[in-house]
Amino acid sequence: MRRFAQLMELLALTPSRNRKLEALTEYFRETPDPDRGFALAILTGALTFKNVKPAILRDVVLAEVDPHLFALSYDYVGDLGETIALIWPHHGGTEPLPSLSDLVELFNMTSKTELPRLIGSLLTRASINERWALVKFATGALRIGVNARLAKTALAAMSGKELQEIEEVWNGLTVPYTDLFDWLSGKAGRPEIDHTARFHPLMLSNPIDEDKDLEKLDPADFVAEWKWDGIRVQLIASKGRVSLFSRTGDDIAAAFPDVTESVFGDAVLDGELLVGPDFEPLPFNDLQQRLNRKVAAAKHLADYPGFIRVYDMLFDGDEDIRALPWSERRQHLENWFDKNPQTRLDLSPVLSYRDWEDLAEIRRRGAAEQGHEGVMVKLRAAPYLPGRPKGLWYKWKRDPNVVDAILMYAQRGHGKRSSFYSDYTFGVWKGNEIVPIGKAYFGFTDEELKQLDKWVRNNTVASFGPVREVSKELVFEVAFDSAQQSGRHKSGIALRFPRINRIRWDKPASEAATLDEMQVFLTAT
Amino acid sequence: MPAPFLDRDLYVRPIDAYIDPPVPRARAIITHGHADHARSGHGAVLATPDTIAIMKARYGEDSARQFQALEFDTPLVVDDVTITLKPAGHILGSAQVLMEHQGQRIVVTGDYKRLPDRTAQPFELAECDLLVTEATFGLPVFQHPDPLDEIGRLLRSAAAFPDRAHVIGCYALGKAQRVIALLRDAGYDAPIYLHGAMIRLCELYIARGIPLGELKPTLGTSKTELSGQIVIAPPSAIKDRWSRRLPDPVLAVASGWMSVKQRARQSGVELPLVISDHADWNELRQTIAETKAGKIWVTHGREDALVYHCRQQGLEAEPLNIQAFEEGEEGEPDAPGESES
Repeated sequence: MRRFAQLMELLALTPSRNRKLEALTEYFRETPDPDRGFALAILTGALTFKNVKPAILRDVVLAEVDPHLFALSYDYVGDLGETIALIWPHHGGTEPLPSLSDLVELFNMTSKTELPRLIGSLLTRASINERWALVKFATGALRIGVNARLAKTALAAMSGKELQEIEEVWNGLTVPYTDLFDWLSGKAGRPEIDHTARFHPLMLSNPIDEDKDLEKLDPADFVAEWKWDGIRVQLIASKGRVSLFSRTGDDIAAAFPDVTESVFGDAVLDGELLVGPDFEPLPFNDLQQRLNRKVAAAKHLADYPGFIRVYDMLFDGDEDIRALPWSERRQHLENWFDKNPQTRLDLSPVLSYRDWEDLAEIRRRGAAEQGHEGVMVKLRAAPYLPGRPKGLWYKWKRDPNVVDAILMYAQRGHGKRSSFYSDYTFGVWKGNEIVPIGKAYFGFTDEELKQLDKWVRNNTVASFGPVREVSKELVFEVAFDSAQQSGRHKSGIALRFPRINRIRWDKPASEAATLDEMQVFLTAT
Repeated sequence: MPAPFLDRDLYVRPIDAYIDPPVPRARAIITHGHADHARSGHGAVLATPDTIAIMKARYGEDSARQFQALEFDTPLVVDDVTITLKPAGHILGSAQVLMEHQGQRIVVTGDYKRLPDRTAQPFELAECDLLVTEATFGLPVFQHPDPLDEIGRLLRSAAAFPDRAHVIGCYALGKAQRVIALLRDAGYDAPIYLHGAMIRLCELYIARGIPLGELKPTLGTSKTELSGQIVIAPPSAIKDRWSRRLPDPVLAVASGWMSVKQRARQSGVELPLVISDHADWNELRQTIAETKAGKIWVTHGREDALVYHCRQQGLEAEPLNIQAFEEGEEGEPDAPGESES
């Protein structure tokens, strides 16, 4: 437990991703089975204890601490787990805490009535730092800035395996992952996983370089589809069980029961998760209402019904068709749809075009009239390969929109940038006033950052905590993918993916854009 | 007990003097040199010799019209009030003020702590009828760990990252010298580097008999030389441009507030060191009980919880709500402050 507590503290406090990664790698390398497996499970959210709920911990503490003093303390600390760890009044720790695997055993085997006494004695035995880690371990509420992907990346670093290989087996594994660690340390072969439960890494595209790529590519060898503005998903339907994974292999089925319960037939499909009635996609903002939720709210199910626009097939029934060319996979996919009528899945249509110029025009009109992000261009002969293979799939995004906006506020960044004002809020004219339209923190070089930092410090007109308001003089050319109406911002506009394209040291603020001029960017959807 | 001869704004009626007044007064008794207790512009100041030296160093020789030094544990009779300064253990020269008048004993603790600290005269308990106590860490979540364990964490981190500088944010008066002394006691004998704002007060401590080992200014020291070294700076500097002169610094802050990890994390502190110069919750309660005071006034900090606790114990207790800006350890000032560059 001591080693785990040290790891947790380092993960919580170091802002550097690389250093977190090093700490995790070292921990997984040094810690024996099955403890490291339990640590991995806690870090990836795969382990919870049915009976150990925050309410029980709270009751254990309230038996020892005055409730009013507890309430004042909780109010100050703001985190229940941390309040419990800090406020526990007994310190008797001479005997070390049990190992992680013994703790798991204890939490699982102890009856509900005995649990308070067990937790009390563990809290007393723990050092201050261990107590903090113990509460986090018991409740699973970590809040230390580590996600499953980072933990898996550390496993890859530790073993020399590709992250993708680990993701491929991940969803078929069980805690404490002894077979995984055996494989990673070379003691055993790769764990055998039933494909129907497992995530298959996705095939990704490269951006097209209009000047170089197009002349070399024969339009007749390729097909095109719209680039849909949702999230990439993999749907696995097998023998009545349906799983839904995000592009990183996270299981998101629970948030989309409307989709998973509707699926008919067996297959592994690749497509875009969207929301909207009758297969009419709503803006990405609406989809966001349904993401990152453990369960779907009834209101969201009604207002933002989910559907998947399918563009590829990896398994037809039980048959692995990934090695077949796109054209044959597409045939399988269309046949599958004919055999298995769907209510929440549809096919991403193939666009017909004569040559690249024609497709460029389709892309431009699609962006202007329907708000499409761009088109996908795929080689007809390409097999389905995981990762980002060259020359098979391209994304051809619409030209970014640009607007000249005025810097209004600057805020200090994080980590390496914590002494720099690197997060910028910018706005446009609305009559004689400037209203904010967005915030960006990249798009400039380190050298430009130094210049901007200096400019911010020399032109500050007011400070609010970490934020400085600057005199409204500096113009940024801001690029963004799209603009949407938003009730949240005073300007009524929200930008998608804004970044600083250029710093216009030369341009006077009076020549920056107006809110009226921004209206043309609002997408039609 | 009869009505106290001390008012709620710490005005000592029989001798027309204030304790730690926030505005200039004709007569002031000063508990210690932090700016929220000691300020310039008073008429006559009564304080320990160390506190007077600190006030003169910070505000100038003529920052009060007249200074009167009073050694610890040496009763001074002013009219019919006997004043004794008792060590408070907070910083060098810090005192509690014990006052006796017509059989009534009142103690104003100022800021205090009871853990050993060789940079401050050790706390002495004084029994009294009315105790005016600080409450900076007046919540049960504040249970300070052994400071040497915290220094151990710092030294382990320094060993683990030999190419990075460890910069410790501390207040220039008191905390900086305490941390240096703790490092020395833990056996760390390499030079310790100081931000410019730290130098004058470290020199004052050394001159007054607190050895701190070899200290060097960071100004004019190259980045390479600072690799693997420990640097002491004010909290405002470690997040500002000043810190760019350090090689990939590990940001540490030494303060009682650092026990709340989620706070440390939000403010970007990589190595929180829970080293406090104030009594923690347990010491506050212990002291209240041991003074045997029946009446408690609570000030400077989180009064609510401590007042509640006292009343639970059957004591008469009230918050004072004295308005003061905090230097001590409160918060993280964003002002550019004492900058070297």
